[in-house]
Amino acid sequence: MKNRRDFFKTSFKTLCLCGGASFLASLALEAKEEYFLRPPGAEDEERFLSLCIRCGLCVDACPYDTLKLASVLDAAKTGTPFFEARKIPCYLCKDIPCIKECPTNALDNKHLAPDKGIESLQMGIAIVDSASCVAHWGIQCDACYRACPLIDRALKIETKRNERTAKHALLLPVVDHEVCVGCGLCELACITQEPAIRVLPRTYVLGKAGDNYIKGWDRDDENRLKESSTKKKFDSKKATQYLNDGDL
Amino acid sequence: MRYLIARRIVQIAILALFAFAPSALVMGNLSSSLWFNTIPLSDPFAALQIFLASLSIDLSLLAGALLIFLLYGIFLGRAFCAWVCPINLITDFASFVRQKMGLRASKFIILSKNLRYLILILTLVLSFILSQPVFEAFSYIGIVQRGVIFGGFSWAFVGFVIFVIDAFLASRAVCSHFCPLGAFYAFISRYALLKVRYHLSKCTKCFKCVEICPERQVLAHIGKEQKNVLSGECIRCGRCIEVCDDDALEFSIFDIRRKNV
Ligand code: SF4
Ligand code: SF4
Ligand code: SF4
Ligand code: SF4
Repeated sequence: MKNRRDFFKTSFKTLCLCGGASFLASLALEAKEEYFLRPPGAEDEERFLSLCIRCGLCVDACPYDTLKLASVLDAAKTGTPFFEARKIPCYLCKDIPCIKECPTNALDNKHLAPDKGIESLQMGIAIVDSASCVAHWGIQCDACYRACPLIDRALKIETKRNERTAKHALLLPVVDHEVCVGCGLCELACITQEPAIRVLPRTYVLGKAGDNYIKGWDRDDENRLKESSTKKKFDSKKATQYLNDGDL
Repeated sequence: MRYLIARRIVQIAILALFAFAPSALVMGNLSSSLWFNTIPLSDPFAALQIFLASLSIDLSLLAGALLIFLLYGIFLGRAFCAWVCPINLITDFASFVRQKMGLRASKFIILSKNLRYLILILTLVLSFILSQPVFEAFSYIGIVQRGVIFGGFSWAFVGFVIFVIDAFLASRAVCSHFCPLGAFYAFISRYALLKVRYHLSKCTKCFKCVEICPERQVLAHIGKEQKNVLSGECIRCGRCIEVCDDDALEFSIFDIRRKNV
């Protein structure tokens, strides 16, 4: 080092380079597997990501400050809108202003059609954790049930005999997956320390039975097969070989 | 100094407007916004990516993108980079630090100015293939401006990384060599009306303008040829005009003598 000035210059430069590099490294190492909910109308994540310009107009439009744009550190793709139900749920505005303001149709404006509305939204599905839901403990709680804007349709109360006491009833919250829109009002209302009812993205929750199953005693269910794909081919040799020239 | 000050005022005022103005005046951010609840403005490059990604385009996005496209394409040229983009604050500061510390050009990293056009094309092709607006996914411009407008701090680290790259790794690497949005604006700005006019007769060939210009190649004719700065790559920052002691450079909007330049 020639002199002090040079020394400081080099130190400063090295410090900055190390700082920048370690930030980039920390970003790369951070593999987040957290879940997050998308605003109304963003059902198909692939479609949504191809359209969202990350402008935050939906964020500005929401009167409840529900929506946030993801920062580099959030789980959602940076700049895209999401919300956390336990913090601020979606209050299901009748006119759905977030969809209305979206300039790219990333929030699908088909929900604005008069025959659709909030009940056609599919932000997520509520799931009850029966182990921590105090209603399953025999305590009378229907906070989530009462909070649900689609009360008695998305969230119902089912009664069941309390086997433990043998003389009381359990009043259990049960979610109808066909109706629940995933607004998260139940999750916010839940009285337990960590919510016993949570709204998760639909892809995390929903399974698919496949076309090879038909509901018993339901004539209409056969109609499902009409649209099903006939492309599926079975390798017929596989079965015969196993039987005939196997080592059995 | 006056253009420098004016630019800083405009840059900061635009961000402040987005961040603090009531939503009746403006909503959204630099990617797409709605003014007075009626006028849409959108980033045409982002809109183009979205079109390629989704093969559809919403009318309000198209209208907003067209307005901005025409504003820069017909009038202002690549002025977005010098007057609006928040990254310009960082890269200008980085080049100030670089100059003050007397750092010389790196011998390890030599970038071509055409790299950004390659990235521009790559971005568009990938947007189409991956069905996602690719540049928007990691756009530092987006991260910084959204960070400033919607609050939060993580953007500051991204800004710092950009500063480090520009100050210590390669001079003006981000805006002049990498940025596909800058390349996009350069591409559409060739015939924009706002130009820097050059008078060879007044020029004393001190080359202070070339020294300070962030896109030096656009001043290649200085001292040689009586010709305005025609390249779309000129960001219309006016640094060359300010630094010229001989009044050889000035802004001109309507160049009537276009034919004899
Ligand atoms: S429907 Fe209303 S509450 Fe829900 S996200 Fe949209 S604006 Fe916010
Ligand atoms: S308004 Fe639409 S495009 Fe803008 S951030 Fe929200 S979802 Fe994305
Ligand atoms: S998320 Fe909860 S409150 Fe909202 S519809 Fe579903 S069950 Fe009801
Ligand atoms: S609010 Fe929570 S504890 Fe109460 S019934 Fe609903 S899920 Fe169970």
